[in-house]
Amino acid sequence: MLTASLTERGAAREPVPPFESNASLAPQGKIDDLVFGRLKRLGIPPAPLCSDAVFVRRVYLDAIGTLPTAQEAKDFLADRDPKKRGKLIDRLLERTEFADYWAVKWSDLLRVKSEYPINLWPNAVQGYHRWIRTCIKQNVPYDRFVRELLTASGSNFNVPQVNFYRALQSREPAAVAQAVALNFMGVRPDTWPKERWDAMAVFFSRIEYKATEQWKEEIVQLAPAKDAAKPAEKSAAEAEIANAQFPDGTPTRLLPDQDPREIFANWLISPKNPYFTRNIANRVWSWLLGRGIIHEPDDIRTDNPPSNPELLAYLERELVNNHYDLKRLFRLILNSKTYQLSSIPATDPSPKDAEFAHYLPRRLDAEVLIDALCRITGTTEQYSSPIPEPFTFIPENRRSIELADGSIGSTFLETFGRPSRDTGLESERNNRPSAAQSLHLLNSSHIRRKLEQSDKLRELLQAKKKPREIVEELYLTILSRPPTADELLVLRDYSQPVRGGRRPLLDVTWALMNSAEFLYRH
Amino acid sequence: MNVNPTTKSGIFFSRREALRHGIAGAAGLFLAHGLSSPLLGAAPPANVKAKAKSVIQIWMWGGPSHLDTFDPKPAAGNDYCGPLNKPIATNVDGIVIGELLPLLAKQADKYAIIRGMTHGINAHETAAYMVQTGRKPGEREVYPSAGTIVSLFRGYDAGYQGLIPPYIVLTEPQGRFSEAGFLGSRYKPFATGGDPAQARFAVEGVVAQGVSDEQQRDRRELLHKLDTFGRAMRGNAALAALAKSEEQAYDLILGDAGKLFDLAQEKDDLRERYGRNTFGQSCLMARRLVEKGVPYVTINFKGWDTHKQNFQAMRQKLPQLDKGLATLLADLSDRGLLESTIVWCGGEFGRTPKVQWEAPWNGGRNHWGQAFSALVAGGGFKGGRVVGETDAKGEQVKNRPVYPSDLIAGMYELIGIDLNAKLPHPQGLPVQVTPTSADGVKSGGRLIEIM
Repeated sequence: MLTASLTERGAAREPVPPFESNASLAPQGKIDDLVFGRLKRLGIPPAPLCSDAVFVRRVYLDAIGTLPTAQEAKDFLADRDPKKRGKLIDRLLERTEFADYWAVKWSDLLRVKSEYPINLWPNAVQGYHRWIRTCIKQNVPYDRFVRELLTASGSNFNVPQVNFYRALQSREPAAVAQAVALNFMGVRPDTWPKERWDAMAVFFSRIEYKATEQWKEEIVQLAPAKDAAKPAEKSAAEAEIANAQFPDGTPTRLLPDQDPREIFANWLISPKNPYFTRNIANRVWSWLLGRGIIHEPDDIRTDNPPSNPELLAYLERELVNNHYDLKRLFRLILNSKTYQLSSIPATDPSPKDAEFAHYLPRRLDAEVLIDALCRITGTTEQYSSPIPEPFTFIPENRRSIELADGSIGSTFLETFGRPSRDTGLESERNNRPSAAQSLHLLNSSHIRRKLEQSDKLRELLQAKKKPREIVEELYLTILSRPPTADELLVLRDYSQPVRGGRRPLLDVTWALMNSAEFLYRH
Repeated sequence: MNVNPTTKSGIFFSRREALRHGIAGAAGLFLAHGLSSPLLGAAPPANVKAKAKSVIQIWMWGGPSHLDTFDPKPAAGNDYCGPLNKPIATNVDGIVIGELLPLLAKQADKYAIIRGMTHGINAHETAAYMVQTGRKPGEREVYPSAGTIVSLFRGYDAGYQGLIPPYIVLTEPQGRFSEAGFLGSRYKPFATGGDPAQARFAVEGVVAQGVSDEQQRDRRELLHKLDTFGRAMRGNAALAALAKSEEQAYDLILGDAGKLFDLAQEKDDLRERYGRNTFGQSCLMARRLVEKGVPYVTINFKGWDTHKQNFQAMRQKLPQLDKGLATLLADLSDRGLLESTIVWCGGEFGRTPKVQWEAPWNGGRNHWGQAFSALVAGGGFKGGRVVGETDAKGEQVKNRPVYPSDLIAGMYELIGIDLNAKLPHPQGLPVQVTPTSADGVKSGGRLIEIM
């Protein structure tokens, strides 16, 4: 039986401290109308709104892949401005880490990597990554971003966006078409009838990769048209041209002096294109909410329908009406109450993930996790490349979300499922927990060294602070919230007995770093 | 706690994936969370006489010189042999190997030397991929390595129950190519880290120096008491998977399984015989692992990329190889394990037969994929044989070429893996264990000489 106040707030149960808030669930915009409206029709109560402490941590991790500092968390919690969540979102979208973090995501999908099987050389990797990151930083409209990637020509050392083609493992037109369809249409041509795939491949059949005198440099460009003087070649070329067909079945005429990639790109990025906007709208949603409205986000098929078609259609319209401004879409989603729901489901058993009735907890990305561990302990990681080139030198204070090259990493990043950047599939990133990960976090010399050699923790202990203040600082640093009364009791008991010196502090830090609350975005 | 992955978030695994893989009852330690591949029962061993149970791969990263090891060419003169021009006879008539391998010379009856290895690739990362997957670089797919395939067919999916992961790398990961390929990161090997030549082999995460068992238990209790969020989320499948992983980790940290890495349990004189260096003790560790049934162990033996001062490097490294590998073969044989353990030793290519005397190389050797050697022993491979032959200068294979996929297929056959079995591909594409002629991979034929 629901009490009157619960019903007024639209919640099914009392909020769970310190993770939930009793603020109203009144819809904040069209997203909430569409999600909550559907939930109401289905009789599913949404989870309560998340607390400020959960929100500040969540939105930092989701938007910029970075843990808030203790001070940032404290300031946000103390802020009395009712619009503080929206204001924080605005600030985060302008942070330099926003570009860093989303460059990681795009570099995963666009195969930014120097080693096998991609084999870009380190300077091409740096250029490609810089180009992607700059586009994100400048919020280049998404349709222009894609058009550049698909149509640019030139040396892959000088025109970074041609590395889209250069980084593909196979140069067969069908394989190129597959990559384009996966990345920018969210579909997998290997599930199509062969004729359809072949017809799309025609658009990518005239790409030429010309080697130069520079090691691994290639000029990606349009190959000359087949020689019209030779009848055999001419008829072959004509036959090919006749076969070109857009994936929606529309035939087209390709002329020998046109770059077929341009024709394809023009078709693709048109607002009327059935795949283009849908793919990116759904992906952005899945990146922030942890699940696509169509799922998986790169497996759009007629027999894999959206769980909330009106919601997806709305997001698509927003993108089209605002010139493919992705940052705006981020802002819209992050400000919704749907995004700000608690991760503790309102009912047991929990509603289906696809209904977005609660936030979906998921393990931190490998890079985000190691950066957070470094931040907490004030330590750094060393990264180096097996290819000894000046471009591959990485200063020690570099954060891992700033790494350009997917071939430069560490055992930690591999263990925690950083993608190999081979295929462009979203599922390459593996955020599932494993025993190997637990061994590493619980008991490796790597993590132990970080704790024991941490100047930051030593200073915290040596500062003239009361134990309660130290613990509070630690909690704000690691979990972005102060400890609860129950936790304070546990901590008091743990530091009571004979344990002296730094050990209680290190053990508590260790425990918080191994807690689900830290390891997951929630 | 009722965990039903099929209804849970696609972040962890999609419904489609879960359906495709089926849900296993008992989860393997390092194979994530009860997901199993459809191999079990689907691929009966092709060869019922399969003897091999495990593979120890000695991976000589960088590419060892074939002329200085298993394919000496004393008649080619100083420009080819440098100072290493007095190869030695072995205990098998007619087989001669490099002079820095005297202990291995006494055991040539136990191994076969393949002198016809070839693939023609001269870049580390693509050659390493070719040698360890048997596949051509640059295709649309990234194929899994032999280690991944053996651990797939002989690991948890095939009933392996050990707490120790089925695919181990001693001690550092190889890097530069993905061992697991399209099978994804959960099939990656477990790299131990640490150094078995140290007083205590501190396997990363399993053995923590300076932390007592009591402190481990105290900390674990503290962790659970502070798990406020976990309690609020009780019943959530994602967090349940984390709890399961933690439990498995503690089984290794506090349980008996971790003791396997304690080399102090071995007699001192045996440890001496293996060589008190990282490679030697890794060989000993590898024996202990296969003894416990671990299907695939790679020893990542680095330092063979001898562009400069090749001969100085050989004088330093070959005695380690000689001691470690010779003792490994003898020890496996003494314990009756050689019959069931394949030992495969080699690198991604050979090295330029002609020495580069000029500066800055000063007696160096470059990459050479045209011709190189591999050594195989045990598990059904016949010893005391040589397969293939290079020309007088060791530059080209003169007869009986052996391509990487031929060698790998030979191992699979001996270990009972059906060469035509289907691999679980993430998009469900039909991919077989070994390449077919349609894949355009060259073959010198089955290794009939030694099988």
